[in-house]
Amino acid sequence: MSDDSFEPKIVGFLCNWCSYTASDLAGTARMKYAPNVRIIRVMCSGRVDPTFLLKAFAMGADGVMIAGCHPGDCHYQQQNYKTMRRYAMIEQMLPQMGIERERVKLVWASAAEGQQLAEAIDELSEAVRKLGPLNWSRNWEENGGRIEALEAIVKEHEEALEVQS
Amino acid sequence: MITTQKSARIGVYICHCGTNIAGALDVEQLTAFADKLPQVVLAKNYKYMCSDPGQDLVKKDIAEHGLDRVVVVACSPLLHEATFRKAAEDAGLNPFLVQMANIREQVAWVTRDKVDALEKAKAHVAAAARRVAQHEPLERKSVPITPRVLIVGGGIAGIEAALTLADADKEVILVEREPSIGGHMSMFDKTFPTLDCAACILTPKMTAVKSNPHIKLLTHSEVEKVDGAVGSYKVRVRRKARYISEENCVGCMACIDECVFPKPKFPNEYDQGLGLRKPVYLPFPQAVPPVPIIDPETCLQLSKGQCKQKCVEACGERQAVLLEQQDSIEEFEVGAIIVATGFKPFNPSVMPYYGYGTLPNVYTSLEIERLINAAGPTGGKLMLRDGSTPKRVVIVHCVGSRDKNYHTYCSKVCCMYSLKLAHLVKEKTEAEIFNCYIDIRTPGKGFEEFYNRVQNEGVHFIRGKVGDVSPVVSDNGQPTNMMTIQVDDTLLGKVRKIDADMVILAVGLEPQKDAEEVRRMFGISCSTEGFFLEKHPKLAPVNTANDGVFLAGVCQGVKDIPETVAQASAAAAKALALIDRGSIELEPNTAIIDEEHCSGCRVCNNLCPFEAIEYDEEKGVSRVIAELCKGCGTCVAACPAQAITGVHFTNNQIIAEIEGVLYDSAPPRKEAVSV
Ligand SMILES: Cc1cc2nc3c(=O)[nH]c(=O)nc-3n(C[C@H](O)[C@H](O)[C@H](O)COP(=O)(O)OP(=O)(O)OC[C@H]3O[C@@H](n4cnc5c(N)ncnc54)[C@H](O)[C@@H]3O)c2cc1C
Ligand code: FES
Repeated sequence: MSDDSFEPKIVGFLCNWCSYTASDLAGTARMKYAPNVRIIRVMCSGRVDPTFLLKAFAMGADGVMIAGCHPGDCHYQQQNYKTMRRYAMIEQMLPQMGIERERVKLVWASAAEGQQLAEAIDELSEAVRKLGPLNWSRNWEENGGRIEALEAIVKEHEEALEVQS
Repeated sequence: MITTQKSARIGVYICHCGTNIAGALDVEQLTAFADKLPQVVLAKNYKYMCSDPGQDLVKKDIAEHGLDRVVVVACSPLLHEATFRKAAEDAGLNPFLVQMANIREQVAWVTRDKVDALEKAKAHVAAAARRVAQHEPLERKSVPITPRVLIVGGGIAGIEAALTLADADKEVILVEREPSIGGHMSMFDKTFPTLDCAACILTPKMTAVKSNPHIKLLTHSEVEKVDGAVGSYKVRVRRKARYISEENCVGCMACIDECVFPKPKFPNEYDQGLGLRKPVYLPFPQAVPPVPIIDPETCLQLSKGQCKQKCVEACGERQAVLLEQQDSIEEFEVGAIIVATGFKPFNPSVMPYYGYGTLPNVYTSLEIERLINAAGPTGGKLMLRDGSTPKRVVIVHCVGSRDKNYHTYCSKVCCMYSLKLAHLVKEKTEAEIFNCYIDIRTPGKGFEEFYNRVQNEGVHFIRGKVGDVSPVVSDNGQPTNMMTIQVDDTLLGKVRKIDADMVILAVGLEPQKDAEEVRRMFGISCSTEGFFLEKHPKLAPVNTANDGVFLAGVCQGVKDIPETVAQASAAAAKALALIDRGSIELEPNTAIIDEEHCSGCRVCNNLCPFEAIEYDEEKGVSRVIAELCKGCGTCVAACPAQAITGVHFTNNQIIAEIEGVLYDSAPPRKEAVSV
């Protein structure tokens, strides 16, 4: 797995109010960090549907970051607690699907914590680099019937969600 | 699960932002890349997209090339999304058919390597183009704004903001938690650099607040709860029992005179505990409202249930003394909120080497302000604890500031107020004065001149941090009034010892103790040192990330009175600009439930903290109340039937973005390669 030229691709879901602002701040302050996290803005970390993670992995992502406001600071009062609950479920779910837990990271960054967010991105990039490429979709291909398998996972996840909430 | 591409005619515009972006990655290559993306009709780059010619470029192309979607690849959407939406709208395109790719803050400024930057930028561009194809035209809803402003904190910041708004005939609710407004400024004797008497310039403003018909002043009160959103916040205020009716009291102070305690006995908080008061008291002579208050902890009737209640008798038929009074709750609806909760002085008792709290004649600067104030506990006579006049005074600068063990920031006002105190103490006592400083910082109008003046008055300046203050013991072992102050004189390069009988600690300014709760209540953030965070440090210094909540005064960061007043006026103007519009347009990104697909499982019902989802028993489906929905999207993510759409953050739109950022990764299906 260790490949020197391997550059992990990580999808980052950042909430609009704290963590996206933190990433803007990291920029304004010209902090340099790893280029591996590609950022998608959502209004709240609570919007991050676990299927988005599966989608990202299926599309070839090697890791996923979810970033939100600190507990108690969510712009929508308490939605990041729901993110936390989902994250606990995601952590359980990933290994069952052959994905190392370390590939997903939940980060809290306030609008003033550009530095912390940059560090978290560096850390996750390093951790995923060590794990090597995931190639999840290729693995499915080898097994054949990957789309069906994917859909089965999505369904399984939806059922899990139902039990969760 | 793969988004099907809708037919679209997309224009992509890449901004150089001078050299901010163009210097960090190859914009020509990025443009060539964008040009080849599916459904992209044209891709261009330009020096400054946000400039008028930049925007005109977009407008012209919309007309000439029939673009129906626009991607602007530039800075953060939090900065310029509104600009480009407006440009699209001007050209007849629905503003929600625009998407920004943030390659300045999130790529150009943070990536070391130019090639890496180009690769990451490509991913962001591909994501934006793929997402925008999924956008739908949307309409903003307009809701009325309540033309009333809540101001929290009645220091000089809150006072100034309240008066400005009232001048514009707007209603203001001013909530102050102390029994009087005035804040820290009302405690000072004089103010730097002009040495204006603080009371002379502040008292007229305080009484103007009280008498202004547009201002509802609630002292000894606190905001307990804030609901709603910009335009119509619902706030609940607790008016703590004062035990004296503000309506009935005429301010004769007979209750104080007649109180069963013949003499003041308890430390007056307002005098920093240096003066005494009775259980019924007026915090200071110029207090507004000029209505006494009864402290339930020291009042015999309220604490022990037995007292002759002379105060009630003295008040007589006015019946203003209400020992039965309870806290009351008042609710208001306001369109905007100004937070002006100020600061608290640093408490130096955590630095044992300065002897504060153990050596009697070590004072904080605020205590000295009270001691030299003509209306203070000593009538303006500066004296030591034993009543004698100080002869040698050391002022220690930067206590708690510029110190990595406490606050690393500079409190900004301490140098100037230390110079002011040096001048005032010298004037009053003719004592010999030593200012021990790290650096003297006097950037401000008339500040350096004031520094020169104080130097010429014979005040000594020693450049060095004070390391220790210890008591001097007399030859026969008796403690004396004197103390030895050790300072590492960095100009002489040696440790000096100065004997003095008074030490003044120039304590820094720090966030209020309850800043954390306050900021949560108003949905705003803090910077690392704990002061409230403005929306933009340069361009939106009084706004917060929470629309409709503005900041004024030291609660946003350390500043002196002139800066506080300027900022308070700005906050008032911003609030006025908002509420004066009459109505406000809301972002349309609420959730919508498709009743066809809703199975009525009610998973979403409990997820919403705003109670915006109701359940229709009859139909067995859930429904979103659009007015209450704030658009976080948590219910959308949780719906097992995918029956909820998060408008402008639909599953398809987000998935399109995921596909976009991973355009260069191993794809599971052929269609996705096409990007
Ligand atoms: C010793 C000292 C000397 C100084 N001398 C000078 C000087 O000479 N010249 C000068 O320009 N500046 C001076 N300053 C700085 C000056 O004090 C500040 O610039 C100014 O007081 C800031 O005003 P403010 O209204 O922001 O805050 P504050 O004066 O702190 O007022 C805040 C108000 O809000 C109230 N409040 C707080 N929290 C709540 C809440 N949750 N609910 C309701 N109410 C609340 C407080 O009770 C207070 O009344 C000095 C500062 C110190 C410490
Ligand atoms: S808004 Fe940031 S986590 Fe909810």
